[in-house]
Amino acid sequence: MVIDQTKMQSLSDRLVQDEVKGRSPWADARRRFWKNRAAMLGLSILVLVALFAILGGQFAQWSNEELDFSVMGQVATMGAPSLENGHYFGTDNLGRDLYARVVQGTQISLMVGIVGAGIAVIVGTLYGATAGYVGGRTDQIMMRTVDILMSIPYMFVLILLLVMFGRSMSMLFLGIGLISWLDMSRIVRGQTLSLKNREFIEAARATGVSSFRIIIRHIVPNLLGVVAVYATLLVPLMILTESFISFLGLGVQEPLTSWGALISEGAGTMNYGTLWQLLFPLFFFVITLFGFFFVGDGLRDALDPKER
Amino acid sequence: MSNLLDVRDLRVTFQIRREGDLPWAKPHPLHAVAGVDFTLRPGETLGVVGESGCGKSTLARALIGLVPATGKAQWVDGRDLLALTPRQMMAYRQDIQMVFQDPLASLNPRMTVGQIIAEPLTTHRPDLGRAEVRDRVKAMMDKVGLLSNQINRYPHEFSGGQCQRIGIARALIVEPRLIICDEPVSALDVSIQAQVINLLIRLQKDLGLSLIFIAHDLSVVKHISDRVMVLYLGKVMEIASSHDLYGAPQHPYTQALLSAVPVPDPTIETAKTIVPLTGDLPSPMSPPSGCVFRTRCPRAQARCAAEVPALLGGDHAVACHFPGPLTQAEIDRARSADAA
Repeated sequence: MVIDQTKMQSLSDRLVQDEVKGRSPWADARRRFWKNRAAMLGLSILVLVALFAILGGQFAQWSNEELDFSVMGQVATMGAPSLENGHYFGTDNLGRDLYARVVQGTQISLMVGIVGAGIAVIVGTLYGATAGYVGGRTDQIMMRTVDILMSIPYMFVLILLLVMFGRSMSMLFLGIGLISWLDMSRIVRGQTLSLKNREFIEAARATGVSSFRIIIRHIVPNLLGVVAVYATLLVPLMILTESFISFLGLGVQEPLTSWGALISEGAGTMNYGTLWQLLFPLFFFVITLFGFFFVGDGLRDALDPKER
Repeated sequence: MSNLLDVRDLRVTFQIRREGDLPWAKPHPLHAVAGVDFTLRPGETLGVVGESGCGKSTLARALIGLVPATGKAQWVDGRDLLALTPRQMMAYRQDIQMVFQDPLASLNPRMTVGQIIAEPLTTHRPDLGRAEVRDRVKAMMDKVGLLSNQINRYPHEFSGGQCQRIGIARALIVEPRLIICDEPVSALDVSIQAQVINLLIRLQKDLGLSLIFIAHDLSVVKHISDRVMVLYLGKVMEIASSHDLYGAPQHPYTQALLSAVPVPDPTIETAKTIVPLTGDLPSPMSPPSGCVFRTRCPRAQARCAAEVPALLGGDHAVACHFPGPLTQAEIDRARSADAA
């Protein structure tokens, strides 16, 4: 037999085979990400923290508003973490259950981080991609606007905003949203400029695809790697900003709380022997930041294997 | 028979700011394409050759509306493509498609082959349903020699030759009448080049397409073209049928260019006379006066610096004051100038 039967068989199988599933660049990146142990560790930490924020309230013996009159006034001696009286993390200075407070603070801080980064991703990506793709005078005007906004000390503006319009969650989101997209739009614009002259964009333009569709279908998907990496690094940055504002006493208002507010309270009383009031919120704060940084690093390695 | 495309005095000028210029300094004009005339008949292949930087690719991009151009490019229905608004141009984009040089770079890495090939179709025929689009894409993949079950694959899973087939399928899917190929085979190795070129020739015959085939490989152009246009510094030097141009080149530049083509036969290769061109391509920002080729021409005379030669001569048009085969004395002069 001159022709190898098995080979011919496999060839004919291949020809009649159903549609082959392609392996997208995303699928490749996902595989690399799963293999990255530091990133997986970071991701599991984040999942646990998220579960804690969502389900942690179920296990609390006390609500976050209740005052435990039995420990009030003697928090340093009676309010320490214990399983017996149901204060797993102890109580705060007023006798409120710290466990319930940390759950609440985790919810608020994660929300601030994710909403801030979300605004940055959506506004920054579209703004930067439009400026970069359209180019010319539009680009000049759009990017000079960003430059001007950036040159204003944002912490000052944020504090002014909170003082003038009152301290509220929506004002905090607005303030953080206003500043968070600036860096993102610059990064995205730079990437767009390098993508814009690639041949596949020219091919789409030559076919007559509209600018909007080119941005949405060709530019943004090719930017998403950079955007995803930057967004994961932006979440902890937003949490830090909020914590700092709360630490100054301008962020979220009682009865709401956040990691920053809890850490601030804990730091204020650490001389009186109630160190747990500082350590529990700080612990969650630190591991979450680490988690995000590991995941961000892992994403960068996975999406851009050449840059490693 | 009327011409599919009749291009008159096509010009593309870029405004260039030299490095170190102040932002408000007046930009310098760069004439990338400086008045090109040609016609293209239906079903014909026009080869465009020239050195790097002579305006080949810019010409292609101007015709398809990717760079702004002045002049006149009359389509078969009498409309001037260069005077159309972007909205009016949409209708014609379906008729004129392009195949790009770098096979992989011209495909979006985040889209599947099916999406890439379907894009012109979904842009121009929004009335078609998804199943219909998919069927057409598969039929087109078969036509260009790709396995249609690979419709869900991504460009990075294909070889260079296959990627170029994908590019060709994308150009053909809207049934255009003209395809502009911008060096479609320069990035491929020789055996794949032959496959892709034969594919183009076959498709052209089957579908009655016109091609504008840009290349710097003269033997490839000879193989595929009915007529050939030689560009130098944004101007047409000579345009003639492939047979005439390769058999009896009239312009000194064409002769120099053709003499440099390597012949795959050592005896002929060593025996043939190469006409060396002295110096480099002049900067298109300050082209020579008169005939742009005169600075490197072995036959240049006073008249060449004073007068711009017109492109004359009907079917075999030459833009030269003194056309005709180079004499031995002129070749020797070119050689000694090159040696010095």
